[in-house]
Amino acid sequence: MKELVIISGKGGTGKTSVTASFAVLADRPVIADCDVDAADLHLVLLPRIKERYEFRSGKEAVIRQEDCIGCGACLSHCRFDAVNVNRMAAGENQFSIDPVACEGCGVCVRFCPAQAIDFPERNCGEWMISETRYGPMVHAKLGIAAENSGKLVTTVRREAKRIAEAENRSLVIVDGPPGIGCPVIASITGAMLVLVVTEPTVSGEHDLERVLSLTRHFNIPTFVCINKWDLNPQMTIRIEKKARQAGARVVGRIRYDRCVTSAQMQARSVVETDAPCVDDIRAIWKNLGL
Amino acid sequence: MKIAFTTSGNDLNAPLDVRFGRAPNFIVYDLDTETFEVIDNQPSLHAAQGAGIQSAETVARSGAKALVTGHCGPRAFRVLLAAGIKVYNTEAYTVGEALALYRAGKLTEAKTADVEGHWF
Amino acid sequence: MILAVASGKGGTGKTTVAVNLARAFDREIQLLDCDVEEPNAQLFLRGIPLNQEIATIPVPLVNENLCDGCGECGRFCEYHAIVSFGAKPLVFPDMCHGCGGCAKVCPRKAIREIDNRLGVVETVQAGSITLVHGCLDVGVAMAPPLIRAVKAHLKNGLPAILDAPPGTSCPVITTLRGVDFVVLVTEPTPFGLHDLKLAVEMVRELGIPFGVVVNRVGIGDERVHEYCREQNITVLLEIPDDRRIAEAYSRGELIVEALPEYRELFLVLIEKTL
Repeated sequence: MKELVIISGKGGTGKTSVTASFAVLADRPVIADCDVDAADLHLVLLPRIKERYEFRSGKEAVIRQEDCIGCGACLSHCRFDAVNVNRMAAGENQFSIDPVACEGCGVCVRFCPAQAIDFPERNCGEWMISETRYGPMVHAKLGIAAENSGKLVTTVRREAKRIAEAENRSLVIVDGPPGIGCPVIASITGAMLVLVVTEPTVSGEHDLERVLSLTRHFNIPTFVCINKWDLNPQMTIRIEKKARQAGARVVGRIRYDRCVTSAQMQARSVVETDAPCVDDIRAIWKNLGL
Repeated sequence: MKIAFTTSGNDLNAPLDVRFGRAPNFIVYDLDTETFEVIDNQPSLHAAQGAGIQSAETVARSGAKALVTGHCGPRAFRVLLAAGIKVYNTEAYTVGEALALYRAGKLTEAKTADVEGHWF
Repeated sequence: MILAVASGKGGTGKTTVAVNLARAFDREIQLLDCDVEEPNAQLFLRGIPLNQEIATIPVPLVNENLCDGCGECGRFCEYHAIVSFGAKPLVFPDMCHGCGGCAKVCPRKAIREIDNRLGVVETVQAGSITLVHGCLDVGVAMAPPLIRAVKAHLKNGLPAILDAPPGTSCPVITTLRGVDFVVLVTEPTPFGLHDLKLAVEMVRELGIPFGVVVNRVGIGDERVHEYCREQNITVLLEIPDDRRIAEAYSRGELIVEALPEYRELFLVLIEKTL
């Protein structure tokens, strides 16, 4: 079984549109949307949800007000500025934990002299197994202000691989998250092949360099393609050169094409339309040799 | 001597789980008494991060001196090494098959982690 | 006034809005690039470097002579960043969140904390803009503590614009804590609308006043505008879809400088927000 992860460094380079097209071009793939923070692939692939699972990760501190003695030990121990103080009329202080800032370390729980802090597991969202017109899809929705999308990414990838093995499907296509932090690291570790979709802009160039040093760090074969290349042909040439120097293989260019947006508005992948850039995307798919 | 196996089941016919950190159970087999116990790895399954590290601790506490599994990441490997537990990677389908391979001396000891850590 | 520019989806023009807003502002202003995974604001503002510092978090260091291997540190750590079973504990600095708990629970006081590098925070002066940007080291997973280090440079009394990371998870929340107003940048496409809804849900949860900037008006349809009308959300600014803007951006140029006719748009946004 092969696993292709599509990432971009910078957001908005067309990563998801390319992924959706590959889902159409591939033979019996399993599709995984690991951009759990801003998952958009379902808007094109229109999955029918078959199974839903709650996603829990980490813990959070919660003060039981009836047991709190107002000593403020939690405030002095917390390194994450997560303890709020309400000054009450009687001159007393009321303490509470800001769930959004709490990192779930448990220091306040341990050192509360009145044992007035609970430490329940945190619900962080849900993940789903669905059916699309091109194959099974695993996707997720991270709760608002939830942390730890790295673990959710790992869960989505693992399930997609499990389905591929169970149904004897040879390719998992992963839509990865933007950036180079925990969700991205979780989406590429151990992958067989990474494709970076970038754009010919100063930001695209800068972010590509960072993403390529990340894939090099984890020793993953990396391909690069440039979307909207004709917006700045000189920059395109420069980026391609840099990508090669960094050890990546350049697999193609996609022209600036407004039809990409119109396809999105019809909830179709680009290669299902007669957009001019379809040839470019097909050529890249061929070059990947999957 | 005790050997730990990763599995989703609870007897020797159960499939060997290729994952170490997020394996649902460990079967710890005692070669001296020819008996085994099943250890629940649920806490690691729900860990926010460091499932491999936590699983390695669980194995260390079980008293096992060897671990037979599919793959093992770098952090877990470091913990197992520190605890003096030898790691064997295998593609055997069931726990029983893996045990037979171990007894026959057909498993080679891993000198390093064989996969990248999954981080979370 | 502390203003944050955020968006559910990446690539909608968040950095464009942040840097042009800062440039169009006629007084001294701070610009904090909190997108530490991919900090891009400095690509558009050429300035004089003022200061660079290494950002760190405290991680445990065990004194073997004092440690008796009781294992309390390992049992306490929620992140599995320190492990102990009878022998000297093993430390995994890249898993550590820096809570300090292990050092506090150690009965023999055998653990002290040392600094572990996350990235750099650099300050640059570009005309009236003081740009502070954080840059996460490659391979480091933990963005929030570096964002906190960037935000520690906020000077009281001076207006500030924060360029937030994309999305709705922990790095964004860390950025938005304590800001007065959020500008959500989106584009009029199905992806843009979907991610805008997530971002709106997030800022409402945080209870911060906000408004929307629609970028590339003309490429898509009316659904973003309809949604804003239904939800009573103010559309602060519309930036038309203009290939010249995309080209200027590709070269690292500011819209307010390369295409002065758009300067007025940003002045209106300043009027409404700062």
